[in-house]
Amino acid sequence: MSTLEKHSYDVIVIGAGGAGLRAAIEAREQGLRVAILCKSLFGKAHTVMAEGGIAASMGNVNSKDSWQVHFADSLRGGKFLNNPRMVELHAKEAPDRVWELETYGALFDRTPEGKISQRNFGGHEYPRLAHVGDRTGLELIRTFQQKVVSLQQQDLEEFGDPEARIKVFAELTVTELVKDGGAIAGAFGYYRETGAFVLFEAPAVILATGGIGKSFKVTSNSWEYTGDGHALALRAGANLINMEFVQFHPTGMIWPPSVKGILVTESVRGDGGILTNSEGKRFMFNYVPDVFVDQYAKTEAEGDRWYDDQENNKRPPELLPRDEVARAINSEVKAGRGTPHGGVYLDVSTRLPAEVIKKKLPAMYAQFMELADVDITATPFEVGPTCHYVMGGVEVDADTEGTAVPGLFACGEVSGGMHGANRLGGNSLSDLLVFGRRAGLGAVAYVAGLGEKRPAASEADLESAGKAALAPFHADAQTRPPDSPTPENPYTVHTELQQVMSDLVGIIRREGEISEALQKLQGLRKRAENAAVEGHRQFNPGWHLALDLRNMLDVSECIAKSALERHESRGGHTREDFPIMDPNWRGVNLVCRLTPGTDTIELTHKPVPTIRPDLLALFDRHELEKYLTAPELTVLDNPQTASTSGEKA
Amino acid sequence: MSHQSKFKVWRGDADGGDLKDYTVEVNDGEVLLDVIHRLQATQVPDLAVRWNCKAGKCGSCSAEVNGKPSLLCMTRMNTFVPEETVTVTPMRTFPVIRDLVTDVSFNYEKARQIPAFAPPKGVAAGDYRMAQLDVERSQEFRKCIECFLCQDVCHVVRDHDDNKKAFAGPRFLIRAAELSMHPLDSNPDRAEFARDTQGIGLCNITKCCTEVCPEHIKITDNAIIPMKERVVDKKYDPLVWLGSKIGIRHD
Repeated sequence: MSTLEKHSYDVIVIGAGGAGLRAAIEAREQGLRVAILCKSLFGKAHTVMAEGGIAASMGNVNSKDSWQVHFADSLRGGKFLNNPRMVELHAKEAPDRVWELETYGALFDRTPEGKISQRNFGGHEYPRLAHVGDRTGLELIRTFQQKVVSLQQQDLEEFGDPEARIKVFAELTVTELVKDGGAIAGAFGYYRETGAFVLFEAPAVILATGGIGKSFKVTSNSWEYTGDGHALALRAGANLINMEFVQFHPTGMIWPPSVKGILVTESVRGDGGILTNSEGKRFMFNYVPDVFVDQYAKTEAEGDRWYDDQENNKRPPELLPRDEVARAINSEVKAGRGTPHGGVYLDVSTRLPAEVIKKKLPAMYAQFMELADVDITATPFEVGPTCHYVMGGVEVDADTEGTAVPGLFACGEVSGGMHGANRLGGNSLSDLLVFGRRAGLGAVAYVAGLGEKRPAASEADLESAGKAALAPFHADAQTRPPDSPTPENPYTVHTELQQVMSDLVGIIRREGEISEALQKLQGLRKRAENAAVEGHRQFNPGWHLALDLRNMLDVSECIAKSALERHESRGGHTREDFPIMDPNWRGVNLVCRLTPGTDTIELTHKPVPTIRPDLLALFDRHELEKYLTAPELTVLDNPQTASTSGEKA
Repeated sequence: MSHQSKFKVWRGDADGGDLKDYTVEVNDGEVLLDVIHRLQATQVPDLAVRWNCKAGKCGSCSAEVNGKPSLLCMTRMNTFVPEETVTVTPMRTFPVIRDLVTDVSFNYEKARQIPAFAPPKGVAAGDYRMAQLDVERSQEFRKCIECFLCQDVCHVVRDHDDNKKAFAGPRFLIRAAELSMHPLDSNPDRAEFARDTQGIGLCNITKCCTEVCPEHIKITDNAIIPMKERVVDKKYDPLVWLGSKIGIRHD
């Protein structure tokens, strides 16, 4: 590897979505030299897809809002499994992070007084989401992109080189983190354009690679979401927590293929859309769980009256929480009452005049007309659950985003803990801002603490990283040794992986099916090792996919193992054989890591960090009874004993 | 319902290449990017194509379809008859890297030349106040997904490579307009920049850019023409000229 291209930086950020860019900006503003590595072109990250907004208790629309209310909403949404310190920092710092964006040039929608407007969203008690129409994520990315440009203009003036202290390496994939002893020494990868290898030497690496949706068949996620950061962290020796919690949005388009996976916003149902099965029956009335019976309409007539008179009628069951609706759709399909493409119908066309639909849902109407030639004002359309977000991720220190590996940091969707068992809409973009900045600061402090010392990658590690990355070429028919296994098409293996995860570890899980999935994943892992590619290294998508497959398989195994272990249903994890949310599981984080010195993923239990008494005091005693165990409640009621046994609560 | 259709896809790299013929299955309800993906998965795994969101929101899968700059994910297959041969080529204005992937670094260089948003002096974060009506003008341009189809179609650079140095292209003229119309931007020289550095004078408002914009931004009418008017006002209005000489007016 003597000819290997090498670059040296203080901090490497992997991923150029909201979290990565905010982290990079912070480290650069603190004076460090930063490189941003991203798989796509600069400005294309999956953050651009976020529609709803950024949750921050600025109180611009309702002055009753406060960080305490945002804290309570987020913990409730996460079913009390969140890392409470992360939720606290997030709720406290989100407003400053949003205001800061305006100084970078962001243009949010306004209130009549000229402040940043805030909208209502599921699970948030007050109007809280700062937004720009339905393209808030794009605004965030563009704002950061332009902030990076402004920093580069400063460097041009000061050093004569715009990239003196912050540089973007676009279309570059990192295949391995390299270490010196136990500590991070840099990142090894290849340019997608040329296929040439490159090493980034740096004492600090911040992972901001997003999620894992591409392991599932129907997903709202982009191709980049192959769990790279999750897998890199795992292989480097960090812990992944809460991997069983995957959020499925109940109404993704499933037909036609041009829009498969794309979200149909909840407001389609809020404005009158109904769900029907292949028999034309409005089935949601059969799926109202006991705890919600008093809050939802019992007849179609009453549900229909609710749209005009919400004071005197109960809401229709189409508006049950996301997980309930997703489960109901799943049951209808499994009972053979699904649509031709395996979903149910969402119909707003027979409910409202075309003109009203176009006025209330302009973006939805336009999107499906343009992309799919589907006129939602004229016909029902097929929807089903779509994989949307992973709550699980790299275990981090709440204040610094540092991991178990010295020099390795993680922020955004790739990190775990903030959202517990279920994420509220709007909390993802605020998560990026708050913890992106903190990860940048964490890396700066770590690098400062090293002094002049710089870890160095070993030649042997670089050799083996290079060899692993080129393996798919050697599996090619011409060069492979005789008697070796049949070369596999990486696209075929990927398709089968998605089928296994969707069918067996999807929205409703059962012990037998998860075990079957784990077996099939072993088989797929063997086949992925024989994935063969044609052609050469220059911009070769087949090769790229063959390498991404390994990450998807690592992540899928973590999801399946954790899902098998958690014997309860909570947030983004539903077990048909353990349908109850069990307070004894509330305080348990499931942790995946590699058994040192092997490739085996081991699973352990670890207590969820304790919720401080002043934060618990934000909830009614009555509400806490749903989540906490009897001993935990006893401690709560007798604060004197808390000092001795508080750690266990 | 599915049928086999014929495609011509440009394959090659910076050293050259040509159109290759393929026959690929097309199913009801697909867009061209679905078909390109099927071609990749079943016949030519190394076919290079950029894409990302597949929902018309990221602007990655830009190419030319039967010669027209288009997003592959927004080109519905039912806009062609099954017997028609569909030709897919890379964007012509930018140097090809491989197959449908081009080197779009021109755009990132132009982006870096535009002076950044200049925050208002003495206004703390959190104290920004702007009317919705005023932000909407700039918000239209911030809808841009940077697919660079407007840059590709613009004949100022498409047909005259030597203009690239002097001309920023429609995407960055709307960026200049966006900053110029930002209610709190405190840089008074946006129009001069558009004239002197971005070469706005080279645009002769044929509106090709507006026609290909997947976000339906009225690039010519709402950004370029108002910017041209500002340039003209500043340069030729005798009162502005006098004011600038005696130092009583700066914008």
